[in-house]
Amino acid sequence: MAAPIEIHLEFGGGAELLFNGIKEHHVTLPSQSEPWDMKQLLVWIQRNLLKERPELFVQGDSVRPGILVLINDADWELMGELEYQLQDRDNVVFISTLHGG
Amino acid sequence: MCQVDEEYHDQLERTDVPSASQKCVKCKEVSAAVVIRAGDAYCRGCFKEYFIHKFRAMLGKNRIIFPGEKVLLAVSGGPSSCSMLSQVQEGLSQKAHKKLRFFPGIVYIDEGGAVGQPTEERQRTVSELEMVFKATGFPFHIVPLEQVLDLPGSVVVTALPPSQQPPSAYKAAVDRFNQICGSDCLAPPEQQQKKSPPDVHESHTQLLQQLIGSAKTLTAREDLLNTLRQHLLVHTARTEGYSKLMLGDSCTRLAIKLLTSISLGRGAQLAQDTGFSDSRYGDIISVRPMRDYSAKEIAHYNRMFNVPSVVIPSLETKTSEKASIQRLTESFVTKLQTDFPSTVSTIYRTSEKLQTACRSSSTDDHSDRCLLCLCVLDTAVEKASAFQATLISEQLSQTLSLGSGSPRQNSGPVKPTSAASAVQCCSLSGGEDCGRATSGGSCCSSAKETIDLKSLLCYSCQLTIRDMSSVDHLPQYIMSEAKRRQRRSQMRDEISEFLLNDGDEGND
Repeated sequence: MAAPIEIHLEFGGGAELLFNGIKEHHVTLPSQSEPWDMKQLLVWIQRNLLKERPELFVQGDSVRPGILVLINDADWELMGELEYQLQDRDNVVFISTLHGG
Repeated sequence: MCQVDEEYHDQLERTDVPSASQKCVKCKEVSAAVVIRAGDAYCRGCFKEYFIHKFRAMLGKNRIIFPGEKVLLAVSGGPSSCSMLSQVQEGLSQKAHKKLRFFPGIVYIDEGGAVGQPTEERQRTVSELEMVFKATGFPFHIVPLEQVLDLPGSVVVTALPPSQQPPSAYKAAVDRFNQICGSDCLAPPEQQQKKSPPDVHESHTQLLQQLIGSAKTLTAREDLLNTLRQHLLVHTARTEGYSKLMLGDSCTRLAIKLLTSISLGRGAQLAQDTGFSDSRYGDIISVRPMRDYSAKEIAHYNRMFNVPSVVIPSLETKTSEKASIQRLTESFVTKLQTDFPSTVSTIYRTSEKLQTACRSSSTDDHSDRCLLCLCVLDTAVEKASAFQATLISEQLSQTLSLGSGSPRQNSGPVKPTSAASAVQCCSLSGGEDCGRATSGGSCCSSAKETIDLKSLLCYSCQLTIRDMSSVDHLPQYIMSEAKRRQRRSQMRDEISEFLLNDGDEGND
C-alpha cells in the first residue's frame, strides 16, 4: 500500500479559467495499491478539481493538445508522459498555449 | 537513432524517445529540461541562449529596423507578446553581446469592452499590465478599443512610404550610429510623463458592443475585431511618431492564421498577413519577430525565466471547437502537431515562400485597396474566374428569392441590382477595375446616396460585411472614407471620356 502523496499543482496560460481562476492547488492523493501515475492523476483532476468544460482540458487519456505539462520544471516528454510515476512533493504544472499571443 | 542512456519500455515503440536521464544535446553536460522540435532536448542554459539568439537573428537577418528608430511594440498581455517585450529588454540591456539599437515604446489595446468584461475587471487587468510596463522603463500607451470610434479617416488610407533605401544603407546606418553614439547613448527621446489611461464612456462601450454584436457569426466578429485593432494600432503608431510596429505572433499562431486566411478567402493577402514584414500602410511597417518561435517554446521560456504575462479573456475563450473557423483551424493544427511535431514548422516554411505578385498599378490611387484591410483588391479579375462565378451564383439566387417574395438576408445598403450591373459591366472592358464604378453609379440613381461597401472591399472583407446584420454600426471613419472613395470613382467615371489613358478601352 503506497502512502498518500502530496502534489503541488499549478495551472497557467489560461488553464486556470477552468478551475475557478485558482492557479495553485496543493492536493493530497489518497493512498492506493499501485503507485500513482500521470494518467490516473488526470482522471483524478477531472473528477475532483475541474469545474467546467472538461473537454477543454482533457482529451481521451491525455491532456488536450496545446496544453503543456511540466513535471518538476522539466518537459513531461522527458519523463515519460503519461507513464511517469508520481512521487511525494512533485510539482506538476499545466500551461495552456492556446490562449492569447 | 540509438543513444547510450536510453530507457527501454516494454515494447520498443519509438527509437528516439527522450528520457529524463538524457543530457542536453548541445552542451552534453547538464541534464535536459525542454524538448524542442521533434526530439532535441536542451538544458536550461542552452535553451535560453537558443531563444535569445533566435530573436536577434530574426531581426538581424531582415534588416528592416534601422538604428535609432522608434518602434512600437504591440503587447496584448499574452505569452508571445510579453516574451517579445522581454526579448527587447534583454537585447537593449547594456551587457548584451550585440546590443539592439532602436527606441521601443509599448502599446496595449484594452479590448474588454468588446468582449463584455465588467469595468472593475478591465481596470484590474490594466493596472497589472501597467506595473509590468513600468518595470521595463519604456514609454507605454494604454488605449481602449472604444477609441476606434473616433479615428480619423486617414487611418484607412495608405500613406506614402518613406523613400526607398538601398540594402547597403543598413550597414552604413549602423556604422554611423556606432560612431556617433558609442555604446551608452540610448536615452529615449522624451521621458515618460505620468499619463493616466483615458476614461471610457459607457456609451462608447455600448456602441462598440453593438458594432461587434451586429456580426452574426463568431468568425466575422473575430475578423472585425482584428481589423479594428489593426487600425487602432496603426493610428497610435502614427500619432505618437513611431515608424515601425512589432507584433508578437508566434509560429503556431501564424500557421493557424495561414490556414484560417485561406478558409476566409484571404489567399491573395497571405504574404502580407503572415510574412515577416507588412507594408500595407505605407509609412508604418509591421514586423513579426516572434514568427520563428513555436507556442511551446515561448511557454517554456516564460515559465523558466519568469516572464510576466496576463491572461485576458477574448471572444473565443471557452467556446466550443466548432464555434468559428479560427477555433476549428486552431484545434486542427494543434491536434496534428501532437502526432506530427513538424506540422507547424512545415506550414511556417511554406508561408516563408509566399510572395505578393505585384500588380503594376500605375497610380498609387487608394481606390485600388480594400477599405478595411488595406490590401490590394483582389476582386478585379477577368470574366472566367472563380470570383465571377460566385457573383453570378449570388445574382441568380437573389433573383430567385426575390421572385418567391422573401428577400435573402444580406447587408443593408446593397441593392439586388448592383450585382447584376457588376456582372454586366464586367463583360464590357477587359481586366480593369469595373466592379466598383458602375455599381456606385446605379446606387446613386436613387434619391438617397446609399453606399455600396462591397465594391470597395476585398473578397474576404466582403464576406465579413455580409455577415453583419447592418452596416450602420460601423465607425464613422470607415463610412466617411467609403463615401469619399465612391464619390471619387463616380467623378472619374463622369470625366473618363476626357481622360487620356493608355489602356485599350475605346479612345475617341
